Amino acid sequence: MLQRLDELKQNAFRELEVINDLSNLESWRVRYLGRKSELTNILRGLAELSLEERKSAGALANHIKNELDSLLNQKTESLKAEFQKQVLRSDESLAARGDITLPGRPIPMGRLHPITETLHEICDIFVSLGFQIMESNDAELDYYNFEALNIPEEHPARDDMSTFWLDYEDERGKRPMLLRTHTTSVSARCVATMKPPIRVIEPGRVYRYEATDATHLTMFHQLDGLAVDKGITMADLKGTFYEFARRFYGDGRRVRFRPDYFPFVEPGVEVAVECALCKGSGCRLCGNSGWIEIGGAGMTHPKVLERGGIDPNEYTSFAFGFGIDRIPMLRYGINDMRLFFGSDLRFLRQF
Amino acid sequence: MKVSFNWLKQYVDVKLSAAEIAGRLTMAGIEVKSSQVIGADWAGIIVGQITAVNPHPNADRLTLVTLELGDRQETVVCGAPNVAVGAKVVYAPVGSKLIDGHTGESAILKPAKIRGVASNGMACSEKELGISESHEGILLLPSDIAIGTSLTELLGDVIFSIEVTPNRPDCLSMIGLAREIAALTGESLYLPEAKYAESGTSIKDHVTVEIDDPDLCPRYCASLITGIKIAESPEWLKERLVSYGMRPINNIVDITNFVMLEYGQPLHSFDYEKIEGKGIIVRRAKSGEKITSLDGIERALSRDMLVIADKERAVAVAGIMGGANSEVSENTSSILLESASFKPASIHHTGHALGMPSEACVRFERGISVELTIPALKRATQLIAELGGEHVAKGIIDVYPGKLERKSIKLSTADVKRVVGLEYSIEQITSSLTAVGFECQADKGSSSVSAKAPYWRTDINIPVDVIEEVARIIGYEQIPTTLLAQPIPKQNPFLITALKRRVRNIMVGYGFQELVSFSLTNLEILTKLSPGSRKPESLPVHIANPASSEQEYLRPTLRADLLSALSSNKAYIEEGLRLFELGKVYLAKEGNLPDEPEMLCGVLYGRRLEGWWQGGSESMDFFDAKGMVEGLLEQIGITAKFEKSDDESLHPANQSVVIAGGKRIVLVGELHPSVSEHFEIPSRVYLFEIDLPSLLPLIKQKTYHTIPKFPATIRDIALVVDIGVNYQQVLDIIRTFSLVTDVALFDVYAGEQVPAGKKSLAYRLIFQTPDRTLTDQQVNGVQQAILKKLKSELGASLRG
Ligand SMILES: [Zn+2]
Repeated sequence: MLQRLDELKQNAFRELEVINDLSNLESWRVRYLGRKSELTNILRGLAELSLEERKSAGALANHIKNELDSLLNQKTESLKAEFQKQVLRSDESLAARGDITLPGRPIPMGRLHPITETLHEICDIFVSLGFQIMESNDAELDYYNFEALNIPEEHPARDDMSTFWLDYEDERGKRPMLLRTHTTSVSARCVATMKPPIRVIEPGRVYRYEATDATHLTMFHQLDGLAVDKGITMADLKGTFYEFARRFYGDGRRVRFRPDYFPFVEPGVEVAVECALCKGSGCRLCGNSGWIEIGGAGMTHPKVLERGGIDPNEYTSFAFGFGIDRIPMLRYGINDMRLFFGSDLRFLRQF
Repeated sequence: MKVSFNWLKQYVDVKLSAAEIAGRLTMAGIEVKSSQVIGADWAGIIVGQITAVNPHPNADRLTLVTLELGDRQETVVCGAPNVAVGAKVVYAPVGSKLIDGHTGESAILKPAKIRGVASNGMACSEKELGISESHEGILLLPSDIAIGTSLTELLGDVIFSIEVTPNRPDCLSMIGLAREIAALTGESLYLPEAKYAESGTSIKDHVTVEIDDPDLCPRYCASLITGIKIAESPEWLKERLVSYGMRPINNIVDITNFVMLEYGQPLHSFDYEKIEGKGIIVRRAKSGEKITSLDGIERALSRDMLVIADKERAVAVAGIMGGANSEVSENTSSILLESASFKPASIHHTGHALGMPSEACVRFERGISVELTIPALKRATQLIAELGGEHVAKGIIDVYPGKLERKSIKLSTADVKRVVGLEYSIEQITSSLTAVGFECQADKGSSSVSAKAPYWRTDINIPVDVIEEVARIIGYEQIPTTLLAQPIPKQNPFLITALKRRVRNIMVGYGFQELVSFSLTNLEILTKLSPGSRKPESLPVHIANPASSEQEYLRPTLRADLLSALSSNKAYIEEGLRLFELGKVYLAKEGNLPDEPEMLCGVLYGRRLEGWWQGGSESMDFFDAKGMVEGLLEQIGITAKFEKSDDESLHPANQSVVIAGGKRIVLVGELHPSVSEHFEIPSRVYLFEIDLPSLLPLIKQKTYHTIPKFPATIRDIALVVDIGVNYQQVLDIIRTFSLVTDVALFDVYAGEQVPAGKKSLAYRLIFQTPDRTLTDQQVNGVQQAILKKLKSELGASLRG
């Protein structure tokens, strides 16, 4: 019995040495360690032996089994490693895969329009400051675009906002409907329909009757904002705008507030940021002023609040508005606004 | 408005530079858009006197001019025809920066020999100095100017380009701006003193004035000057007008213009002899009344326009323009000078109706002060008396039916803080208001002030107007920055706003380029959407005053712009193109604002993937478009059922629609070949359109189902059905069996192996329940029931 075990061991060792793939290794395992192998049989038959024989043969058989098990593991590991090396070698030999600088399989690339991206970016900042996005009609009533904003029919401010009128006359022969000339019309609607406290922003398309050139189009985009509450001051307006500018333009850009006039605010403010090109020292881009005007703002005129049913003695309010299209123009150095509204992919695919 | 810095300095002491003044004005709300420095490069250029003119030895048209410059003499070669001994001219030494008279470019004057004779500097023309375009001869100066005077001192100036906001008509004048500068710098203001001698009888013996309509004309003042000699204006007067950009005409017209620029009050001069009946009536125009304006054009007037009339006819359109019938001419000997006040809205309306926005009109319509009439009238009368007239009749006419008392506005430090957010002391408040001309009354120790605006400030009406003045004069830069401290108001965000962003992101993920196109369009392009080139049945929203025939209507669809975009990007057909726009369309509602639903429209053509070095890919087709739509709908939580559709712009066989609430909310299809042709697109185009607001009620909230613990049973069935039976009908029946948790179509076949008029549809069915493993027997039972129902309802049989 002991001799037979030794023979078994010698055979197994010899055969294992010449095995060089995993499938031969598997049949070797079946042959020497499988459920029907001689070794297993011997181990299974130990009980029938005398105590003396059981002790010596049992110890040897178990020892051989452990030895073969560990050899099997070693051989498996080394064969697997060898196999992987081969796979890598054969992959490398494929001519095409050798040039890893070849272009990848293209996927269709979608892009948002630069104006959409700008609007999203700006809206996100104001939303995080507690402003809710409001949207309303492009075609608007004269009342919300002008009257409610303290711009009566003969106000000279109307001349600065040449208006497209819808082709409809009421019984008095007046045209009551127009294409909004500013998104401030949405503020007028908010004042009329919402109850304070109010904190809203209003992005959208606006329209002006203008001769078209590189910086003037009959349609462009604006974003207005409005906050109504008890105790709102110009300092809050300034702080809100500064915070917006800090996040949108970055920490270093200075912001300037100076008096300006809009019929629907008092006091009125023009907001400018430091010119990015010359850092405030003056250049052609900023007309030598060092500042780029980005929008108008102010404390909502008491009459505007009153018209909307909000008591100006109880509430104060600030309002602001700015043009959107100029922002990507300045950011990317685009000199012709018409490119935005065309379909030239050579332009649009740059963003 | 162009404003000469030199002119401003006539009215206010200025110690700051032009640039500093421009900065102060801008920061106080009077924006100096730009400053043009006249004579920035004039260092070393001085006045000289010609002492000798000698012929040039080598050129007939040139002369050698000797100049006395005070400390030295120089001889220059000169080509100008107007050189004469004794003339005072401008001498520029070598090294001066001048404008080349021929090229118009700026250049440094170099030492030169002209035709063999050295020229040490030159005598300059106006063009060479950059003053004007005149280059016919050298600039000749008045003889009283001292030799050696620097040109900068003589003619140097800074011309500000100032944008005055509509609320500050008082600043449309030199004195108004000077007042601001005085307030901002604390310097003294000097106003002209209008002193002149009167003679003869009272003006009231010569002319009467009646105001018929005091609402439109609250005040009318006039003076009468006789012995008029019409002549050219003196240099100083012409210079002032030119600095503003006005053309000098004659002494009388120039004086009225000058005083308008100086005070901001428009004036008008009538030829007194031409006033019929020697009576002025300010009245509304009669219906059908006409007047020929100074420019020779006959203008039809209407009842809502105000005219200045004599006893017979209208002689001027009030505040807008004079009439030819009373115009001052070379033969005029007496002038009736008008200084009046008109209702701004009326002037605005009339100016626009007649298409005559004049300098006067701009000032009147913004509401200049009623009290400005007298000082301006007296100033102009004085200048006319000095420069063109002999006698001024005694007194003035002053009809003033619309007299208004200026009210005081009470203001406390708390009021100011409530708006500005910063506490100013009562002293700060009163001193800033006093600086801009307010009369302030504050009791000692009181925290409030009673402020009365100066007469020229017609824009101050309510406390917040006064508060702005305080903040403006102290400076906005003093205002602190704070973030809103109030709690964030309750938000009710619009669902559509979030949906739009979601859909845009999905489209970008599907490889679409977003476009933004104009909302305004035209019928011609919309007509292209019809295969038979028919005009739209109902007209889109029409603009009454379109800027061009290309932008006459609000777009009722996004299709036209996207198809035009495909057409203009034919270069991309090979690699394939996917474009979308998400925006409003405008649907007319008679007598109401249009509906403006947000629509998504996508178009695609060409290959699914762009060419690659390992080979290209196939062309996209109807099912690419449909797959994208289905994917989009599923992502936003909508189960949609597609039906046959009949949109005329699409291929009759390849289009499908989802209808909800009786509305077509999703449409997908291949573009009709004729429409492709209209847009000159040489390829099949697939298009889809989704009405976003209509989707909102259909969006299902996501729910969680436990992941099944028990295995599913999969069964494939191939059905033979009539060719007219569609996928969805079969699906709807299978879906009625609750044990079937998923169904997928994996084959559609029509051909030899099925009978004619039939087709085969193969479905893979997944059977599953959450609480146990289904037995084969149970699955067989359900499958049989399904087949039975399919047979009875659709005539479907199992494919053998
Ligand atoms: Zn700059």
